[in-house]
Amino acid sequence: MRFVLRRLGFFVVTLWAAITLNFLIPRLMPGNAAVAMMARYRGRVNPTALHALEIAFGVNNHQSVLSAYLSYLGNIARGRFGTSLTFFPDSVSHQVLQALPWTLGLVGATTILAFILGTLIGLVSAWRRGGLLDGLLPPIFVITSAFPYFWLALLAIWVFAIKLGWLPQNGGYDYTTTVAWSWTFVVDVLRHSVLPAMTILLTSIGGWILTMRNNVIGVLSEDYVRMARAKGLSPWRIMWSYAGRNAILPNLTGFAMSLGFVVSGAILVEFVFNYPGVGWMLLQAVENQDYALMQALFLLIVVAVLFAILVADAATAVLDPRARDVR
Amino acid sequence: MSVPAVTAPVQGAAGFEPAEPQPRSTVGTNLLYAVLRNRKAMVGSLLLLFFTVLAIFPGQIAPDDPQAEIYLPGQSASAHHWFGTTSYGQDVLSQLIWGTRQSLIVAVAAGGLATVLAVLVGVSAAYLGGIADGLLSLVTDVILVIPIFPLIIVIAAYEKNAGLLTLIIVLGALGWSYGARQLRSQALSIRNRDFVEVARVRGERRLYVIVFELLPTMTSLIVASFLGAALYAVLAAAGLQFVGLGDPNAQSWGTMLYWAQNNEALGSGLVYWAIMPGVCVALLGAAFALMNYAFDEISNPALRPIPKLGRRK
Repeated sequence: MRFVLRRLGFFVVTLWAAITLNFLIPRLMPGNAAVAMMARYRGRVNPTALHALEIAFGVNNHQSVLSAYLSYLGNIARGRFGTSLTFFPDSVSHQVLQALPWTLGLVGATTILAFILGTLIGLVSAWRRGGLLDGLLPPIFVITSAFPYFWLALLAIWVFAIKLGWLPQNGGYDYTTTVAWSWTFVVDVLRHSVLPAMTILLTSIGGWILTMRNNVIGVLSEDYVRMARAKGLSPWRIMWSYAGRNAILPNLTGFAMSLGFVVSGAILVEFVFNYPGVGWMLLQAVENQDYALMQALFLLIVVAVLFAILVADAATAVLDPRARDVR
Repeated sequence: MSVPAVTAPVQGAAGFEPAEPQPRSTVGTNLLYAVLRNRKAMVGSLLLLFFTVLAIFPGQIAPDDPQAEIYLPGQSASAHHWFGTTSYGQDVLSQLIWGTRQSLIVAVAAGGLATVLAVLVGVSAAYLGGIADGLLSLVTDVILVIPIFPLIIVIAAYEKNAGLLTLIIVLGALGWSYGARQLRSQALSIRNRDFVEVARVRGERRLYVIVFELLPTMTSLIVASFLGAALYAVLAAAGLQFVGLGDPNAQSWGTMLYWAQNNEALGSGLVYWAIMPGVCVALLGAAFALMNYAFDEISNPALRPIPKLGRRK
């Protein structure tokens, strides 16, 4: 299982790079934003917590950069991200964990849906190349994929929430309903998620369609597809087991690469809809100059993306025997 | 009789391998010809031309000074103000026209910077091979995987009200990884072809081989990665300005959206103010996306639309 080990190694390296960036950015940026922030903490948190914050933002000059870096790594490893200013005196970790389910539910579900739908449409439109579906959908989605996520979100609010009044225009749930595992609450959450989900779906599906279509077109000219045709296999079987299975492999790698784009867009969508997820909270933290919360959220986003990539890698290993054996 | 018999097969062979490099002087003209023949590329180039004209001559085209708060605030669209006025009494159309310049500058400068970095990293990784390749590829993959937009938000949070130059540098410095990866794999497949080998045997220096033998054959992919990077820069810059991380006094589409959102333009009926800057971003983005898609077809003939043959029953 060298493939899996390699990918795990890459996971660790990337995580390390993100943590190190987190450590370096406050030190490299000009100005003293961090010092100003520290002043707001003083007298409000205990000395140990204050010291941890000083390490994280390089405000304390008594310590060498290297030892500060090591202490910072130690704090991260123990999950100590400090105290949030925005939600004082709540800890950053607690706040972050509250936002996570919203984003996982919204972005996770829509991304998987967009991937499955996009791959299917790409497969079919390449299979029936020049057909009605092929002539219509890929060009449309080339254009929608150039739309700014947040603008599509604004448009959706305007049409469906303000003009038509069908769906709520912001928030994760109606604040008048009680938060509980009740039918009304679940329906309410779903109603609030329709517009943000549609926005993410529309803007991200185009990429999957195009790459899948291009892959299938490439695969269809391979000898093994001709062989399958010559054997007289049913077109259905050739499409799924021969063309589809082989063409989806680069798409899975593409999944890993474009997830960053999807997450970026989702941050803006959450911002527009005031959706109480990680992206919205990140921008809240920026607005309140709550750097501790902000940097913890950035790390969380990186970790989430890396996990999704590991899953895509695992899927590649299952689908492609070559990936398992070689290297 | 013997002369044509000798030359004919040679010409035939050249005709069968379109991927082989043409004589240097015609690479550019071939590209131009390919763009003119492709409908998606044409639409994209026309859109881009339109915005370029707006960006160069906003003073001559726009009816008003974009910042002047001289009209009745909050007017809806009329013959006088095609897209109405803002809550501050500015003409929305004039703001749109003046805003073109910044988006285009960000697209070209950040896209250009990203492309230069992508070529440098991608081609040298492929050409050097070995440990250098391993390291450069690792860096490329790490940057590819780390979500860039949140990272830019974090950086912009420290550098309050990021100006144009900061925006360009950050977007360019972080947006090269996708292009680098593609360029590396193409350079890998080219670097052992005969004509590169010939140049090496001729005793050409490494730099000469890269610049004059490898790069010309990669023109279309380089253009494609520029278009991709430019598209990303336009969207990311607009997004940053929209959430208020840009310079609030800048004359740009993203900043317009920021002010429209802050004044609840949608709720108060100033629809054009909130929608039109996004339309412009989307159109400029679509121009880059369409050209990118077309270049995919140009550099990969297999993807070109099948010409319609005679109708069959």
